[in-house]
Amino acid sequence: MSAALSIRQLTKTYANGFKALDGIDLEVAEGDFFALLGPNGAGKSTTIGIISTLVNKSSGSVSVFGHDLDRDPYALKRCLGVVPQEFNFSQFEKVFDIVVTQAGYYGIPLKLARQRAEQYLQQLGLWDKRDVPARMLSGGMKRRLMIARALIHEPRLLILDEPTAGVDIELRRSMWSFLSELNDKGITIILTTHYLEEAEQLCRNIGIIDHGRIVENTSMKALLKTLHVETFLLDLKEAQLVAPQLNGYPSQLVDAQTLEVQVEKSLGITELFRQLAAQKVEVLSLRNKSNRLEELFVSLVEKNLAKVAK
Amino acid sequence: MSPELRSNLIALQTIVIREVRRFTRIWPQTLLPPAITMALYFVIFGRLIGSQVGGVGQFSYMEFIVPGLIMMSVITNSYGNVVSSFYSSKFQRNIEELLVSPVSPHTILVGYLVGGVLRGLAVAFIVTLLSLFFTKLQVHHLGVTVLVMLLTATIFSMGGFINAVFARSFDDISIIPTFVLTPLTYLGGVFYSITLLPEFWQKVSMANPILHMVNAFRYGILGFSDINIGWAMASMLVAAALLYGVCINLLKSGRGMRQ
Repeated sequence: MSAALSIRQLTKTYANGFKALDGIDLEVAEGDFFALLGPNGAGKSTTIGIISTLVNKSSGSVSVFGHDLDRDPYALKRCLGVVPQEFNFSQFEKVFDIVVTQAGYYGIPLKLARQRAEQYLQQLGLWDKRDVPARMLSGGMKRRLMIARALIHEPRLLILDEPTAGVDIELRRSMWSFLSELNDKGITIILTTHYLEEAEQLCRNIGIIDHGRIVENTSMKALLKTLHVETFLLDLKEAQLVAPQLNGYPSQLVDAQTLEVQVEKSLGITELFRQLAAQKVEVLSLRNKSNRLEELFVSLVEKNLAKVAK
Repeated sequence: MSPELRSNLIALQTIVIREVRRFTRIWPQTLLPPAITMALYFVIFGRLIGSQVGGVGQFSYMEFIVPGLIMMSVITNSYGNVVSSFYSSKFQRNIEELLVSPVSPHTILVGYLVGGVLRGLAVAFIVTLLSLFFTKLQVHHLGVTVLVMLLTATIFSMGGFINAVFARSFDDISIIPTFVLTPLTYLGGVFYSITLLPEFWQKVSMANPILHMVNAFRYGILGFSDINIGWAMASMLVAAALLYGVCINLLKSGRGMRQ
């Protein structure tokens, strides 16, 4: 079985001399739900631009389901659906026309295009807006319109570049469940996002890109296992003047009733609670200071920054 | 028919439908202004001033200017349709919808050109209907008339396409129509026969491609021309072929569209 996406030694240097990609190797298996993460300017959108032929690569190779970008770009494009970060549809055309027109570009006959447009607009909650010019839609609706448009030719690989940016939490969650359903149906999905909770919840595998290089490419589970220390915030019942003395648990008071504690996985939290109970410190609730993936992401990017600085 | 060809034909049909939908949706900007402008030309130049000017050859001044005014409409509208549509697609980035799709560059180009030609023909039809209120229209040579109109519309659609590819702002898409097309059209024998000019300026005028188009079309309608029709037709065919080559190379290179 060929990989859904295979990238070998991909480089891109823009006309102004900026090296956006510095020899990327990446492989995404068929059926995967893959997160491509990285800070702003890391090279995510350039990578997606090259795959979707909107950016010309400097060197390297890209293939989608075995179709090489240079040798067989049309077959590659048929397998691929892209939801870009920026809105890129005509603001003056009606929602239904935008989706049906996109189907026409893929050679889908009008009757079938209309059926599919209705199906996807219904699924994405846009059917009532089908005769509305795109500029009249809210930000979340515009994002959903781009997803409907990207699905109209039923691609085997769907790439979404920050699809939930600026979308409210309720809508974000409904989009997550829609994307999970698509993945369950066998569509390979590659997602870039700044919401690491989103990546952790949806994706099975992850690639982290920084300064044009892949700095991590592994399964989500394996990556999370490498997190040795988690930081917790404890809401205390009584206000404290000084932080309790906790042996093996570096801690500090954030405010009189909030204690920040670093917990090594090898120690666990049972011992922490035992020590707190011994000092008669009662805990009302416990929460992670930040998303687990976020902690890892920050540490990986910081490590890479130090490497690049050297 | 191969699946690729069938797919590209559907894509071509889609682009053409989208282009026609665009210029008919904004008809007060695309179809109405040329109708009003040409009606004014007919009234002022054809009827009021024309009656003082007298005839050109065996034709009344009104009969003489009608073919030129139809061609003027075709030139400005076919050029304007492609330059504004393609540049708007670049500006709004919806050109990316086409670039990520498996549509061949030839299909994309022909789709835009057909859109430009159809707008040129739609405006020509409106202007022709208007002209019937002022004069009787005959067709001396239907083949020449149709071929010249199609070639002219195609050539200027391609001109509009090249302009749109290089344009970086909306100002850039109005420079060529204002500073190149309008002067060339007014000096292209729409309102006068070049035989009225001194010999030197007659020779200079021969370098104006619009003069050849207007006269070839006038020949098709009236059977009257200042220039050699065979030469004009051959020049137009060569120009169309060369411009197509330029357009398709620009599209394949992705200039102004791909980074």
